[in-house]
Amino acid sequence: MLEAAFKGSKKYWSWLIFLLAIIGVAFACYLYQFQEGLRITGMSRDVSWGFYIAQFTYLVGVAASGVMVALPYYIHDYKAFGRITVLGEFLAIAAVTMCLLFIFVDLGNPVRIMNVIMYPTPHSILFWDMIVLNGYLILNILVGWNVLSAESKGIHYAKWVKVLAYVSIPWAFSIHTVTAFLYAGLPGRHFWLSAIMAARFLSSAFCSGPALLILICLVVRKVSKFDPGKEQIRTLAGIVAYAMLINVFFYLLELFTVFYSQIPEGMHPYIFLFKGLEGHGRMVPWMWIATFFAALSLILLVVPVTRRNEETLVVACVSVIIATWIDKGLSLLIGGFTPNPFNRITDYWPTKPEFMIALGVYAVGALVLTVLFKIAIAVKEEVRA
Amino acid sequence: MAVDRREFLKIAGASAVLALGGKEVVDILVPGEVEASMKDLPIGQEKRWAMVVDTTKMDDNLIKRCQEVCHHIHNVPDLDSPKEEIKWIWEDDYEHTFPEQENEYVAEKIEKRVFPLLCNQCTNPPCCRVCPTQATWQREDGIVLIDEHRCIGCRFCMAACPYGSRSFNWGDPRRVMEDDQLKKLNPDFPANPDYPTRTKGVVEKCTFCEERLAEGKLPACVETANKIKKGALIFGDLADPQSEVRKVLRERYSIRRKPELGTGPNVYYII
Repeated sequence: MLEAAFKGSKKYWSWLIFLLAIIGVAFACYLYQFQEGLRITGMSRDVSWGFYIAQFTYLVGVAASGVMVALPYYIHDYKAFGRITVLGEFLAIAAVTMCLLFIFVDLGNPVRIMNVIMYPTPHSILFWDMIVLNGYLILNILVGWNVLSAESKGIHYAKWVKVLAYVSIPWAFSIHTVTAFLYAGLPGRHFWLSAIMAARFLSSAFCSGPALLILICLVVRKVSKFDPGKEQIRTLAGIVAYAMLINVFFYLLELFTVFYSQIPEGMHPYIFLFKGLEGHGRMVPWMWIATFFAALSLILLVVPVTRRNEETLVVACVSVIIATWIDKGLSLLIGGFTPNPFNRITDYWPTKPEFMIALGVYAVGALVLTVLFKIAIAVKEEVRA
Repeated sequence: MAVDRREFLKIAGASAVLALGGKEVVDILVPGEVEASMKDLPIGQEKRWAMVVDTTKMDDNLIKRCQEVCHHIHNVPDLDSPKEEIKWIWEDDYEHTFPEQENEYVAEKIEKRVFPLLCNQCTNPPCCRVCPTQATWQREDGIVLIDEHRCIGCRFCMAACPYGSRSFNWGDPRRVMEDDQLKKLNPDFPANPDYPTRTKGVVEKCTFCEERLAEGKLPACVETANKIKKGALIFGDLADPQSEVRKVLRERYSIRRKPELGTGPNVYYII
């Protein structure tokens, strides 16, 4: 099947070259960071995690595209999704690859990364996150690849593949839960210290992953002879609608607890984000953009006519992605570190090389996704021909 | 970090001499401990180091002097950038040292007072809980240390510390020896050849001067502060009811930073 990745149109190759060019520039930036240290980023003593860890957090959510097609297919025997389970799983592979890379580029001492395995530490949530993320990556590679290769041979996939597919479903829940636990168990970080954090991670993952999958399916329909299917996209849209409703509901629950209790430590990060605090208001426009797109997406997703119309559905999905990206990929981290333990505010914004490195990781993800989808689509076109 | 018997006796001897010198804030070793060493009891088993700050004796100059000495002997560079700042001990005002004690009408003398800030050497340290490589860990005597050769620079400990006590080497600290601008700020870096300099990408913080404790000396800030004002910083063993820290805590009202978080901070502030 791999050979399909090496046969493609001019457009396919120019896209790959474009991605490789971005990766090349980003790699040069990374070498610069490797040489100089993380001082080339905007991070500081007070905001000690930034854009990298935020992107990691967001992309863990995107990986939910896998489980949101696998669960209805394997558990509920929803046959229609059989057509696109591989696509969901391959998107999850690309997302988790990016997650791991974002953790890697954030390390001050990347050459020592194996210390996490050499000194296994079960009381550290990061240790568990390493296990669940790598495990999820391997599960998706094994299941996705074997199901696809069975499809190309016109046979049914082996029994052990199905067992792994079942395992991957609860495993998917673990990646969001454990990633939320990185934040939700830290004393003194009131913005994160919330029991509903894991539930919020699950709900935002279950909308942002499938929303991106819908958009990619529509691209696939346009650029190839394989149609992921109208019903499939309609069902995914329903999943996005429910998950985004729950996601916004959970966020409102946070706001209630924080603002009805009126405990200053709880309120300060939210005031900083939505209104600005002591003259620091860089996040304010972002938060209102997120609010606007969250509201817009909900209207378009809840009203049946706009949800079923693929043109308005695209707008809804893009809105979901913008809102969830600002939430997880920007504000969760910055808000969590603001104000600092001394009730002071230090501004943070990614620097150019920091942004470039992040873009490079996204380009790696896009490259992995393109190649995997190229293979999957080649198989599907062939089978249907 | 084990201390063998020979080393222990050396420390004990040196400390006994110090104690005979009548330095009242010194209570690193009490007579019973020499006996304990004979019985092969591990050092530190019954120790819990703590610091008491007599805030009535604090002023800008005193804390600044403590910081100078501390940063000097630990080769902490001045990087001339708040973003990259590395600090082991520093000062702040009441409002920011105890933000949850916010009080518009707090007594004027307290409002204007300055407070030294440093690692609290928590009894229940969240930084050690989250570290994925056990590069930061707690000794039996309660001191929280960092193995700078194991630290991968993930900075989880910085997110976990509710006191902002940890600093990260965003760049190579040794560059102050080459950079013309920074050279002027750090003319004698590394000032203490007996103490390691750090590398880029590792976390560091106050260690209660564990290297000095091992020699039977007091932490450098305590020694410095007491030279300026006697009894300004008091250091000792909380597990010993006769120790100076216990005595002063018995007699005077003290508070700690964010005790409600259950971390068990071991730096006490007499108000």
